[in-house]
Amino acid sequence: MDVSNFISQFFSPAAWSLIKSLGECFMSPTGFLIWTTLLKSALLLVIILGLVSYTVYAERRVSALIQDRLGPNRVGWQGLLQPVADAAKLLLKENFTPKSANYFYFRLASKLAMVPPVLVLGVLPFGSSLFGVPMTIASVNVGALYVLAISSISVYGIVLAGWSSNSKYPFLGGIRSSSQMISYELSLALSLIPIFMLVGSLNLNQIVQYQIVHGWMIAPFWPQGMSLDTLLHPLALLEAFRAGCSLQRVLIWIPLFISFILFFISMFAETNRLPFDLPEAEQELIGGYHTEYSSMGFALFFLGEYTAMIAGAGVITTLFLGGWSLPLVPDGSHGWFWGLVNIAVFFAKVIVILFVFIWVRWTIPRFRYDQLMKLGWYFFFELAVANIFLAALILTYVKR
Amino acid sequence: MIVNRKKLNWVERLYLPAIIGGLAITWKHFQRSLLGKGVITMQYPEEKWDAHLPEWYRGAPTLVKDEHGREKCVSCQLCEFICPPRAITIEPMEIPEGDPWRKVEKAPRAFDIDMARCIYCGLCEEVCPEQAIFLRKDYSITGLNRNEMIHHKEKLYELGGVMTGLVFKWNEKK
Repeated sequence: MDVSNFISQFFSPAAWSLIKSLGECFMSPTGFLIWTTLLKSALLLVIILGLVSYTVYAERRVSALIQDRLGPNRVGWQGLLQPVADAAKLLLKENFTPKSANYFYFRLASKLAMVPPVLVLGVLPFGSSLFGVPMTIASVNVGALYVLAISSISVYGIVLAGWSSNSKYPFLGGIRSSSQMISYELSLALSLIPIFMLVGSLNLNQIVQYQIVHGWMIAPFWPQGMSLDTLLHPLALLEAFRAGCSLQRVLIWIPLFISFILFFISMFAETNRLPFDLPEAEQELIGGYHTEYSSMGFALFFLGEYTAMIAGAGVITTLFLGGWSLPLVPDGSHGWFWGLVNIAVFFAKVIVILFVFIWVRWTIPRFRYDQLMKLGWYFFFELAVANIFLAALILTYVKR
Repeated sequence: MIVNRKKLNWVERLYLPAIIGGLAITWKHFQRSLLGKGVITMQYPEEKWDAHLPEWYRGAPTLVKDEHGREKCVSCQLCEFICPPRAITIEPMEIPEGDPWRKVEKAPRAFDIDMARCIYCGLCEEVCPEQAIFLRKDYSITGLNRNEMIHHKEKLYELGGVMTGLVFKWNEKK
């Protein structure tokens, strides 16, 4: 018996035709795109917010362990419910606005700090595909450019917070943030150009596809046509390497590795993490731009900062560490299980980078202000430009 | 004194080797702490200092009784006078007729120590001619208001308990 006929018995003809047309609307290409995109957005947001709260927890635990302490271990098993307690605390606190602050901009700033990092997540391919649905919210052709453009907007939140608080420490934090941005943003963008030259596209999905074929950007030696069978036969493996290898592919590794180092270090400045956390600088500026914020206003800055960390880690993963791909692991077109594995691989890589962020925080002391400027202008900018020319020379003159 | 800075060579000026060395050190600490070694944090309410306190620890001042069950304090009020923050208040009383220790003449009717004022200096213990007041190992003194922070006589004897090995200077007296 036909299922749709069976179900239609329970509805009046008019209602059934409405349901059918609704269903058709849902399954039409446009409708399908809309509801899957909405679902993906909601899913990603839930994952990211969960990840954010547990990154805060991990930050506290890892920093404690590095300093030979224990960290929060009271709320729930090993303190795993600590983020819930923190959220409850922040929600219940008084949302205080200083009398001298500019109310509108003061309130707007905390939202501006939260929104851009979330927007960046929109173009990141966080998985291959699940049931035929690509796991990118928006696969846009200017993906990498979009990421750079949007992530620099988050500075406005900080600058605005610093200005509208009408207080000296936030003001200093805001000024520091804006001048810090000028010095690192150049090298952040320029360091990516060798990748675009190599791949020939700004689309993050295509960059990931390139890395599946040619190997990750930090080690682009993956031979083409590699599979489990070739791996088990040494001769076939050797043959695959010989076929896929060329002088160009070995040499291009040098500029790509320099790119990786530059981008990774600039990412610390982008996300206001130590050793470049000058806008916050707890010891000097009492938290910098968010000194005057309390309750959810502060929580939004906090969330924004950690979402920016996750988005930054996602960008590094996508551009340099092969995105959701893992050698020998098939993509989502081989079944939903592999689709889920790809998503898990992406977030595992992100978590590893987040750990490195935290690890570095407790290793390197804060740069002095002029040192950061010097590093950005005298060193990173020149290195990034030279790196572009190096990559161009290798791509043009060395035989592939 | 002028300290001459060592001229750094170009590898040192890259700072990357130093940063990697630093990362190795922090990783070593992380790994050691993860395995539970090196962490010396005491889980406070469950684990307490009690077992680790030295014999001479100056905790809360208490009153003690001797083996005969006699309260050692004779209400001379020396501790009350010497107490720097004036935390001690004593109300003396004559020992009534018929008491076996009538010859001691005086005992405290009330003996209050305001623990909100006490500075644990131990001068009361030092000045006491009767070995009646001792600073014991209780350090966690809490209360919800000022009145709860005052230790009355009963509480002081409860904390002090019986102290043995003291001089019985009243036993021989008639």
